[in-house]
Amino acid sequence: MLDNLTQRFTGIVKNLRGQARLTESNIQDALREVRLALLEADVALPVVKEFIAKVKEAALGQEVIGNLQPGQALIGVVNRELTKLMGEHNDALNLAAVPPAVILMAGLQGAGKTTSSGKLAKLLREQDKKKVLLVSCDVYRPAAIEQLRTLAQQLDIDFFPSDISQKPLDIALAALDWARKHHHEVLIVDTAGRLAVDEAMMAEIKDLHAAVKPIETLFVVDAMTGQDAVNTAKAFGDALPLTGIILTKLDGDARGGAALSVRQITGKPIKFVGVSEKPNGLEAFHPERMAQRILGMGDVLSLLEDAQRNVDMGEAQKLAKKMQTGKGFDLNDFKMQIVQMKKMGGMSALMDKLPAQLSQAAAGAKIDERQINRTEGIINSMTPYERSHPELIKASRKRRIAAGAGVQVMHVNQLLNQFEQSQKMMKMISGKGGMAKMMRGMAGKLPGMR
Amino acid sequence: MFSFLKKTPATAESTNWLTRLTGSLARTGGQLTALLVPGGRIDEDLYEELETILITSDVGMDATRALLADVRHRVKEQQLTEAGQLKEALAHALLKLLQPLAQPLDVAPHKPFVIMLCGVNGAGKTTSIGKLAKHFQNRRKSVLLAAGDTFRAAAREQLMEWGKRNDVTVIAQQSGDAAAVIYDAVQAAQARGIDVVLADTAGRLTTQAHLMEEIKKVKRVIDKALPGAPHEVLLVLDANTGQNALSQVKAFDEALQVTGLVLTKLDGTAKGGVIAAIAKAHPIPVRFIGVGEGLDDLRPFVAEDFVAALLGLEQ
Repeated sequence: MLDNLTQRFTGIVKNLRGQARLTESNIQDALREVRLALLEADVALPVVKEFIAKVKEAALGQEVIGNLQPGQALIGVVNRELTKLMGEHNDALNLAAVPPAVILMAGLQGAGKTTSSGKLAKLLREQDKKKVLLVSCDVYRPAAIEQLRTLAQQLDIDFFPSDISQKPLDIALAALDWARKHHHEVLIVDTAGRLAVDEAMMAEIKDLHAAVKPIETLFVVDAMTGQDAVNTAKAFGDALPLTGIILTKLDGDARGGAALSVRQITGKPIKFVGVSEKPNGLEAFHPERMAQRILGMGDVLSLLEDAQRNVDMGEAQKLAKKMQTGKGFDLNDFKMQIVQMKKMGGMSALMDKLPAQLSQAAAGAKIDERQINRTEGIINSMTPYERSHPELIKASRKRRIAAGAGVQVMHVNQLLNQFEQSQKMMKMISGKGGMAKMMRGMAGKLPGMR
Repeated sequence: MFSFLKKTPATAESTNWLTRLTGSLARTGGQLTALLVPGGRIDEDLYEELETILITSDVGMDATRALLADVRHRVKEQQLTEAGQLKEALAHALLKLLQPLAQPLDVAPHKPFVIMLCGVNGAGKTTSIGKLAKHFQNRRKSVLLAAGDTFRAAAREQLMEWGKRNDVTVIAQQSGDAAAVIYDAVQAAQARGIDVVLADTAGRLTTQAHLMEEIKKVKRVIDKALPGAPHEVLLVLDANTGQNALSQVKAFDEALQVTGLVLTKLDGTAKGGVIAAIAKAHPIPVRFIGVGEGLDDLRPFVAEDFVAALLGLEQ
């Protein structure tokens, strides 16, 4: 995520590192690079201009006190301004209303409203323990209602059925009534995608808003959006009293400039980001972490939060104990690592959260989710005793395991090698250095990376 | 000099379409028209304004630089002095860049002619299939749809609804494998003597290595059902997309050898300038553009019209 932008910024720091002090001219060059980087990242031009002006002003003030490490001083300024631009802190949803608290979703076609509605419902149920009702007012796109119904069913969320013969307004009011009577705490109203220039459709959603009086009106926007993000965000912001933004598809390789500009133009906080196709792929947006990520510092905090949510804490503690002693780490633990990693969205989701320098180093190491599955298969073909005593596995056992897992003996050997390396890594972590050392050790040593 | 702008539209239908495209691209055009009024002098400020407008239309830095260099060259060579003439120079520079992309899709060489669609989530693949079905039916081609998006909830139902509206057979399975569904569809098309098969696939971000592998497999399996197929791999791009469209083109082309592009959602305020960036960095023919929500609003890409509409040059 945002990798290209990150690389560019890393380059800026490097170039400035050689300089003795910040001067008007070398700041000028660096700022031109920042401008280019942001434009290439699809940050809207007016936002870029404002940003550059702010950074310049602040950086020139820093010249006197910060002249020991000019590169750091400038990046510090860029970081601060970038964080400010994206909103200083994470804004949670406001659900303090007489139940049901209504959340209205709005946005262009294909932004990801329906998928986000489903993910949000799941998040509210699991993290806030809310009783949620989903309803679709999209009577235009074929099978849009069916899509939300299917999602609701998959996620086991209550769904208020609607039909394309009904009016969106009637659907929403009926759902609201139902939610009241059945004690739902939150009602999420999904709407049809619409163009900001479509006056009839914009009037429709205004009416919808007036009728259901949502406490949260969320604008859903695709992270891949280009310069026009500014225009649509502005138009939706003018038509509806937006309370927040959901930025979707951030797991692609879009530079994500929309994240920088949408917030600035609407003045509303980005509350959530969509980070995977999985039902739990909706995360709270953390502006300060995003700024750090752009600057090449990685998003280790998000990674840890991820781990906490998806990983079985009991199992993890057991593993941690084993890691501390450096003893008793066997193939059962190795398999557990793989399973827990899969829960966290697989290697690629994990790699996104690492600092740029690290993911660059690992870029050559091709991530192959299939190989992770294969590794799991091989371990499943071992007896429990073999798993806890890997040293027993010699030629004939290898042949049996390979046949059981449907792979070559070669693959079993590869796995055992990987396991040995992991064992060594565990010992390394148990020593000093902790996380940083592990990160360094990660490339090439986790299953699935070659 | 500007013959393509003076050409009278052949039918009422194409006038309608041009009006619609012009309307949808009017924002950019408006900006340019206001800027490049006849009589003004050509100076650096003017070039900078031009740069700003190209960038804010998602043309991207590389293509913007190349276009401006071309314009400067034309100004020098033709000794242009008036701001108004700059617009013509820019139109020609843009046309030179975009003309090679205007290659209409011909489905005559094969029967069935198998078209596979791909793209990121929410680009408009399924909707484009509905419109494409109508497009081919209008040209008296029989069409069959394959519901290859087996991942997204109700994607199958969405395609079946399009089938119903167009009165076209849709091959779908309750669940399972995209490759298998499309394989069935290609075989069914052969058996029934169908002209065009439109195969839908699930949206995927290019960073998802396993999904990119899966779609490669889908293509291989189509080739097994009918050697040489798919005859066309269409990448569907959302006109709202910024510079990421380039990386989508590169990644899907690497995986599937994309033969054509469909640019959707040009009826909003998005200008689709990213097509110029694509033309510069990784040219692939643009087969169709989507200019509205109606079934008839998917049209072949005509570079002259696109440039004329983009710059507000039509008479």
